[in-house]
Amino acid sequence: MTIVSHAQERPVRPAARRNAAAHLQDWLPRLVLAPSVAITLFFVYGFMLWTFVLSLTSSRMLPSYDFVGFAQYARLMANDRWWVASTNLVIFGGLFVAICLGIGVMLAILLDQRIRQEGALRTLYLYPMALSFIVTGVVWKWLLNPGLGIQAMVRSWGFESFTFNWIVDPDMAIYTLVLAAVWQASGFVMALFLAGLRGIDDSIIKAAQLDGASLPRTYLRVILPCLRPVMFSAVMILSHIAIKSFDLVVALTGGGPGYATDLPATFMYAHAFTRAQIGLGSASAMLMLGGVLAILIPYLYSELRSRKHG
Amino acid sequence: MDNVIRRRTPAARLGRIAVYAVLLLAALFYLLPLVVMLITSFKPLHEISPGTLLSLPQSPTVEPWVKAWGEACTGMRCEGIGGYFFNSIAIVVPAVLISTVIGALNGYALTKWRFKGSELLFALMLFGCFIPFQVVLLPMAQTLGWLGLSSSRAGLILVHVIFGIAFTTLFFRNFYVAVPTELVSAAKLDGAGFFRIFWRILLPVSAPIIVVSVIWQFTQIWNDFLFGVAFSAHNTQPVTVALNNLVNTSTGTRDYNVDMAAAMIAALPTLLVYVLAGKYFVRGLTAGSVKG
Amino acid sequence: MPSFKRNCFTATRFPRTGLALATALAASVSLTSAHAAGEVEVLHWWTSGGEARAANVLKDLMEAEGYGWQDFAVAGGGGETAMTVLKSRAMSGNPPSAAQIKGPEIQEWGELGLLGELDDVAEAEGWDQLLPETVADIMRYDGQYVAVPVNVHRVNWLWANPDLLEQVGVEMPTTLDELFAAGEAIREAGFIPLAHGGQAWQDATVFETVLLATGGVEFFQQALVDLDPEALGSEQMVEALETFKRLRGLMDDDMSGRDWNIATSMVINGDAAMQLMGDWAKGEFTAAELTAGEDYLCAAAPGTADAFTFNIDSLAMFRVEGEEHEAQQALARLVLEPTFQEAFNLAKGSIPARPDLDMSEFDVCARQSLEDFQRTADEGGLVPSMAHGMAVRADVQGAIFDVVTNYFNARDMEAEQAAQRMVNAAKAAL
Repeated sequence: MTIVSHAQERPVRPAARRNAAAHLQDWLPRLVLAPSVAITLFFVYGFMLWTFVLSLTSSRMLPSYDFVGFAQYARLMANDRWWVASTNLVIFGGLFVAICLGIGVMLAILLDQRIRQEGALRTLYLYPMALSFIVTGVVWKWLLNPGLGIQAMVRSWGFESFTFNWIVDPDMAIYTLVLAAVWQASGFVMALFLAGLRGIDDSIIKAAQLDGASLPRTYLRVILPCLRPVMFSAVMILSHIAIKSFDLVVALTGGGPGYATDLPATFMYAHAFTRAQIGLGSASAMLMLGGVLAILIPYLYSELRSRKHG
Repeated sequence: MDNVIRRRTPAARLGRIAVYAVLLLAALFYLLPLVVMLITSFKPLHEISPGTLLSLPQSPTVEPWVKAWGEACTGMRCEGIGGYFFNSIAIVVPAVLISTVIGALNGYALTKWRFKGSELLFALMLFGCFIPFQVVLLPMAQTLGWLGLSSSRAGLILVHVIFGIAFTTLFFRNFYVAVPTELVSAAKLDGAGFFRIFWRILLPVSAPIIVVSVIWQFTQIWNDFLFGVAFSAHNTQPVTVALNNLVNTSTGTRDYNVDMAAAMIAALPTLLVYVLAGKYFVRGLTAGSVKG
Repeated sequence: MPSFKRNCFTATRFPRTGLALATALAASVSLTSAHAAGEVEVLHWWTSGGEARAANVLKDLMEAEGYGWQDFAVAGGGGETAMTVLKSRAMSGNPPSAAQIKGPEIQEWGELGLLGELDDVAEAEGWDQLLPETVADIMRYDGQYVAVPVNVHRVNWLWANPDLLEQVGVEMPTTLDELFAAGEAIREAGFIPLAHGGQAWQDATVFETVLLATGGVEFFQQALVDLDPEALGSEQMVEALETFKRLRGLMDDDMSGRDWNIATSMVINGDAAMQLMGDWAKGEFTAAELTAGEDYLCAAAPGTADAFTFNIDSLAMFRVEGEEHEAQQALARLVLEPTFQEAFNLAKGSIPARPDLDMSEFDVCARQSLEDFQRTADEGGLVPSMAHGMAVRADVQGAIFDVVTNYFNARDMEAEQAAQRMVNAAKAAL
């Protein structure tokens, strides 16, 4: 379905006018897209290239162009904290995506059972997505603080031995990040799946039930497979939230205790901006981008493929 | 889905109770932080003590809200976050509108006027959704300096538009892909032009995706902290930056109630948008991302 | 299964419902623009109660001379956020007139050629005679004054709540052994011996103070200022690390992420007995209307009476032009005016950067601080604080922070291992 073929379909008109107008029409879509493409080339790809160049330099407080090859990458590989941050991202990202999907699918299916006050519940589940951790950070810190928050509250109810002190425990603190992140995004996943469920053709379900499939079986075998595109979008959105997670760490733990909850995004920020190691920070940014690419390429592939029968 | 649980056997009834129980528990989990914020923001300071997160205020007061809006101190300025609230509005409104319009036109051009390489261009632009924003801070700062827009509101709007169009283009493109092409082809046959087809055929059906784009952009830009703090001067800071300053400014004991009230004020616009238009948001989002 | 997928969904419908865009928002209230005639824009992170009050004095002085003051305070993370903003502003070629920059970082900004010189003011005001040599050195880049000192903080202080000490029956500790003994007694009486906030810079503050006590001034200089790998990996370092970790036993479990002034307020409220913190903590005591020597006690940190770790706040001046330049020079002059020095330091808890002032208005802690400053300067006990960016550049400092805070929080890291990492950190960052 190319432009050329449209031009041929057009009714014949006076030649000169037709040519000028058709040319304009042919080029208009490209003209409309041009600014965005130019902006993307410059501000996304240009800046990425710039960051890559910086990662090859010994830049400290502000960019300089004293090239040192891949030395910054070597330093990064030798840096304990970078490995903690990367491992954390795997733990955090994996749990975050899995739990959000689990909770999202479960709530969506339950809400789909013709529930009273469905709209209100849906809004309650969804609203955390509207808030940033700059806003909710204080209250989260509070809730998780053993001396002030949930632990103190449950203890004041008489359960003296109740402990919930993950945030001060270097081994557990990463899970508080998961908790807060799931709180923020799982409602959104629920909403995606609920809308997906509503879009499914009733006749499929009827057919399954005529075959004598039980309700859980119907969901598992017939309905969920239909939601694969939703699942895919959800995984993409969630993993990109996980990789970009920054406010969350800053607001909840500041990377602590120690640097037990550091993530690549906070690592990069700390080194590039606080510690005057722009070279090292840029190297870590490039590796982060590599991670993004690994997720994005399958996504783009599917996006472009699916349009062919879209 | 009409024929899910119909029969009202005792087992089914029990199942139904279980479903409601789970849903309500989940609701409590999601509500907890908001409720604590709200309750605390109406408490006088002396009522805030460990373990009393959920106890209702004994003598409720709106004073923390008044303080947070117009009196609380950041550094040596004691003017609350009210002024910054309007700063945010002045940044968010143009940025949302511009990025939505651009996204709509892009999405339209990419789906209804495909040309050789247009899919590649789309893939190129999509990458902008995923770039970690910390990476672009310094180059952006330098570019804004070249453009003479550093520390200005226009500069911030520009930054948000630049990194917003990837998302808005994605939304509109995915939505327009599902709009039947026959209508557009017919219009082209009738000699209708690019903008005329957009105006007459695409725009009238775009309501759901416009809502999505506006809500998404509104939330993203309103909640932005990183760009806001890095590219603003003392008088152009958005409300999130002011909130951060306020919360990190403490005089001896922390005014938790004022902190919470300030956080509520900063959160109100996005909350309101989600509560009022959340329904359309979800509907529109799936209309785009789930193609039949 | 494309064909199957297609069957899953009913055809998409396009509702024509009108939208209620939630954008019917009021027009913006515009605030005035920056850099009007004769104005300075000052980027700082003096945001806690005492600090903000102190900075206000400078603003009033500027305004009394007819100059404008645009306050650009960025709170959070001990200045981390503010430094990000500063770098962004510098990159865009639009730096503020003055910014709170200190220690070796002044040299880094100087190397980038972004700072303006203050030699005219310095000469007219006789800064060379006025300022102690240690202080003046830090303010100069390439022989020229580029920054002006605001105060001198002492980092190695111990603060205590006298009522609580009395109740438990312990004295103010003067050695580390006494500190541990007192801590035990306080713990038994049901209080927190040592208030602390688990943030990297606070961990490092306590660490360097302990190192100063166990290793002495010379070792401090070798290890944390000169970054001598031998010193960093030595037995003395292991001892310092182990003692530091033992202090953890005197702290409470909930300290992770706590701000320093919250820790101070624990001492004020009587939840905790003592705190190891620089003298900015006094600003919090003052804000709570307490009197030094009566309502709260101060003493050199246990085992460090003959040393003084200094932390000097300063305002570095960026290269600006025209009326802003004029205002900036006035700012530099006013910072060292006795009126400001006195008022600012009274509020902030530090001592004036110029030692010639009448100290009668100051409390016992400040007077002791000044006395110790001059004594240690003569006797060689004056050292720059590593934890507060006075000793080494930001990258090395950050690498040491990582080791210290990780060791302090890890359950099973040996002190030897931490010392080895310290050696690597110093090496890698060079």
